[in-house]
Amino acid sequence: MSNYTIKGETGEWEVVIGLEVHAQVTSNAKLFSGAATAFGAEPNTQVSLVDAAMPGMLPVPNRECIRQAVRTGMAIDAQINKWSRFDRKNYFYADLPQGYQISQLYHPLVGEGSLTIEADEKAGIAEAKRIGIERIHVEQDAGKLMHDQHPTMSYVDLNRSGVALMEIVSKPDMRSPAEAGAYVRKLRAILRYVGSCDGNMEEGSMRADVNVSVRKPGDAFGTRTETKNVNSVRFVMAVIEGEAKRQVALIESGGTVVQETRLYDPDRNETRSMRSKEDAHDYRYFPDPDLLPLELDDAFLDECRASLPELPDAKRARYIGEGISAYNADVLTAEVEAARWFDALLEAGAKPVAAANWVTSELFGALNRLGKDISESPVSPAQAAELLGLVADGTISGSIAKQVFEKMLESGDGAAAIVDRDGLKQTSDTGAIEAEIAKVLSANADKVAQYKGGKEALFGFFVGQTMKAMQGKANPQVVNELLKKALG
Amino acid sequence: MAIDQATVRKIASLARIAISDAEATAMEGELNGILGWVEQLGEVDVTGVEPMTAVIPNTLRLRDDVVDADPLTGGNRRDDVLANAPEPQHGFFGVPKVIE
Amino acid sequence: MTDLTNLTVAQIRDGHRAGDFSAVEVAEAFNANVAGAKALNAFIVETPEHALAAAKQADADRAAGTLKPLSGVPIGMKDLFATNGVQTTAASHMLEGFVPRYESTVSQKLWDAGAGMLGKLNLDQFAMGSSNETSYFGNVISPWRRKDGGPNLKEGAALAPGGSSGGSSAAIAARLCPAATGTDTGGSIRQPAAFTGISGIKPTYGRCSRWGIVAFASSLDQAGPMARDVRDCAIMLQNMAGFDAKDATSLDLPVPDWEAALSGDLKGKKVGIPREYRLDGIDPDIDAMWDAGIAMLKDAGAEVVEISLPHTKYALPAYYIIAPAEASSNLARYDGVRYGLRDLPQGAGLQDMYAATRAEGFGPEVKRRIMIGTYVLSAGFYDAYYTQAQKVRALISRDFTAAFETCDVILAPTAPSAAFGLGEKTADPLAMYLNDVFAVPASLAGLPAMSVPAALNREELPLGLQIIGKAFDEQGVLNAGLAIEERASFTARAEKWW
Repeated sequence: MSNYTIKGETGEWEVVIGLEVHAQVTSNAKLFSGAATAFGAEPNTQVSLVDAAMPGMLPVPNRECIRQAVRTGMAIDAQINKWSRFDRKNYFYADLPQGYQISQLYHPLVGEGSLTIEADEKAGIAEAKRIGIERIHVEQDAGKLMHDQHPTMSYVDLNRSGVALMEIVSKPDMRSPAEAGAYVRKLRAILRYVGSCDGNMEEGSMRADVNVSVRKPGDAFGTRTETKNVNSVRFVMAVIEGEAKRQVALIESGGTVVQETRLYDPDRNETRSMRSKEDAHDYRYFPDPDLLPLELDDAFLDECRASLPELPDAKRARYIGEGISAYNADVLTAEVEAARWFDALLEAGAKPVAAANWVTSELFGALNRLGKDISESPVSPAQAAELLGLVADGTISGSIAKQVFEKMLESGDGAAAIVDRDGLKQTSDTGAIEAEIAKVLSANADKVAQYKGGKEALFGFFVGQTMKAMQGKANPQVVNELLKKALG
Repeated sequence: MAIDQATVRKIASLARIAISDAEATAMEGELNGILGWVEQLGEVDVTGVEPMTAVIPNTLRLRDDVVDADPLTGGNRRDDVLANAPEPQHGFFGVPKVIE
Repeated sequence: MTDLTNLTVAQIRDGHRAGDFSAVEVAEAFNANVAGAKALNAFIVETPEHALAAAKQADADRAAGTLKPLSGVPIGMKDLFATNGVQTTAASHMLEGFVPRYESTVSQKLWDAGAGMLGKLNLDQFAMGSSNETSYFGNVISPWRRKDGGPNLKEGAALAPGGSSGGSSAAIAARLCPAATGTDTGGSIRQPAAFTGISGIKPTYGRCSRWGIVAFASSLDQAGPMARDVRDCAIMLQNMAGFDAKDATSLDLPVPDWEAALSGDLKGKKVGIPREYRLDGIDPDIDAMWDAGIAMLKDAGAEVVEISLPHTKYALPAYYIIAPAEASSNLARYDGVRYGLRDLPQGAGLQDMYAATRAEGFGPEVKRRIMIGTYVLSAGFYDAYYTQAQKVRALISRDFTAAFETCDVILAPTAPSAAFGLGEKTADPLAMYLNDVFAVPASLAGLPAMSVPAALNREELPLGLQIIGKAFDEQGVLNAGLAIEERASFTARAEKWW
């Protein structure tokens, strides 16, 4: 469990955190209209008559958005409600053309589920922890207001209006900024594995409403505040820390926390109250009479389940079962692209442990240097498997493999071709190796004497010198054996 | 559940309808008359009755995920969307400046 | 030469097809009647050019042998249907000057079937009203006038054409158009039809697409035709109905050829007479008409059975929770941001702009219903009002289901009175609401229902009989309507005074 507390004048305070993550559903068209969802279009070009709430326009739900939310629910082992409904949440704002948001309050599509955050000693998470998820419902995104273009006007762009969102509501199960950060990262990974959200926080595909309250350990929950639209893991953690401290200071100075909506200002790293949401407590939810209840049949659910990929936890367990270290398994499963690349590498015949070491050190190092994502890797999994195969069967040594990999990155050629062309195949020709050993030993007679006098650590030196003389191409095992014999 | 002037004003505010004092007074009487009359619904025994969801048995159909399949429900018609705007501004809808 | 404006839709269609007259002649005749009837205030916008263009096309199609089902028939369009390039207002100041760039599904179907548009018909503002006195563009005046109204009723006073489709009913009764579209949320087709001596049918909820119709109460709104007789209603309805993928509540069913299957022979059919519709103190003319209607259906071969719809009494209160609740939300989009009226007082912020715009753009009845709807959905009251009303609605629907186990159609009056005078009920919203007492139950249950003219009362004003059918059984409703029409021989019409 987390030991995170806020130290106030009256003692230690526990922080209670719940997150409502809004994740944009990956779909071509909007939730209730045929307008496109692509990011960055000209203002109001991706707006249908439906999205602009013209008189007489009606919503018709997009099957793919429902499917993606169901698949996401399945990925967190949640109850999928075969009968759900859309409700209207009524409020007035310039980014909300209908005067209501179509959402799901009373009967959400997805019920209770959970995800597990892994232990992370450095972050103060002593052991893996299960975080409950209350529900996932599907709803419309709002449009966007621009405040800087005109001295007395704000401009409304409805391109995002009606884009499908999943609202993923956690239980108040988190107790530290680190746990909340781990939760968001894990949720993001799951969404990206499932393919239901691209997880791109910069473009607003994922935002979190952060609910924070504080209490003395053992007390009932305190009054919470909700900070809206926080769009990075770092900011989520900063909001929790700042808000918890603000609340503690407020309570300890005799004030009370008001249940309210707040806004985070990243530039000043502080939250402030949002007066524009004064009606927030009377949304007059009622079932949307333009839409019938959403009823899902078994065939639909079966397809959703069958189309789910292997998820991070299962993949991590499988890797560990194949002998890969827990650390490497974490690194390899954190991002779906890396995991897919690694699976392709295994598929192409690479040995798990060696492959994991190679990917996490050599490949990631090279990509980092080149400033590329794994999806842009100049070396394909099949090519990498060929390289690792040459090491495994003794054709080249590990150090030659590094050279070969560099040449592969530069030329795009295959490993075997490079080894052949550049004559990098390692040799087990005992005659040639023995000749070089003889030269090395005679050139280092003093060290031979020291070795024989008991300084056995010098053996490595002789191996190195011999390998260097052989230009790295000698089979290290053969070198070892012959050296032992020569020094014997 | 008789409603008073304050409630009338609160409802008008929620509904975003500006009302004068005279209107609020008139509405108080009218709304109480109507609400008093609809409250007879409370007499009905609805034990075990689910609220009506679909008036005619019908299931919700879902649309295929295709962009602009029907121009009437698709995008790429900014001129049509802005054609009746009271304050169109460079492809946007202009509204009085909003301070968040 | 016969007055073409006295012809029914079927007669125009058939006469045009036979070459008795051209479609242009028909359109011109109706255009002239429309132009000469300003006193009725039935139209908000007149579109003679649209009617003429369709007529020219119809004549060309006749020459080419490519006639369509409604070629040559000009109609009126209730101004609740969005019409591409033609102002669509819902009779509100809010949408004054709003010119949609899209066409409602129902009106598009009618144009595709060859019909032409004479104009956009006046109505109660946002379809909220039972007398057409809530229009921003002024009252519609019924062409009918009272004769010898008795001591309390002023003879010759301007009468309500009913509502909300009052422009439609008045225009048809006055021969300004042979047929028109209407919409019915709680009687808005049937009650005005009854008030003006014409026919009108509200089909099963979902038969006609709601796409492009300015929404009032989504779970109740249903378009339907109004015309002079049952056959014309059938012809119009089969050219308005049909599945629409753009409306999630649209019924995915084939549209029957209702006209072809029309038959006033009701042998083997059972007609239910709901006991609860006999109201104490009701106008004896209404009861007499109802009894006459029962006799007519018996004469047509039907067996008459008494039925019970026990929750009838609660239909109106349930309706006056559900409809305003939906309306309060449906009308939230009128905020002065994207279209329609904007009232921006000096120095006002966004929320002030909303309040000013909506205060200015909505009439008193619309505001009243938005207020009621907002209240019943607000925190703490939702279950007591809205949830309870939807449960009662379920019970009302069950009543009908049970009743239809013993009968095929239900016969009842359309309205509890004949047309009343303009201004007679405006001071008391509740009294106005009560006029829909017989119409609302079928709306709540989504059932097809029509009104056919059956008799004149002692003031020589028309009265309508209502037939309510099983879901999807428009044919049964139309056939029973036809049986009454054939026997009531209702030929009275308003004398021209305008």
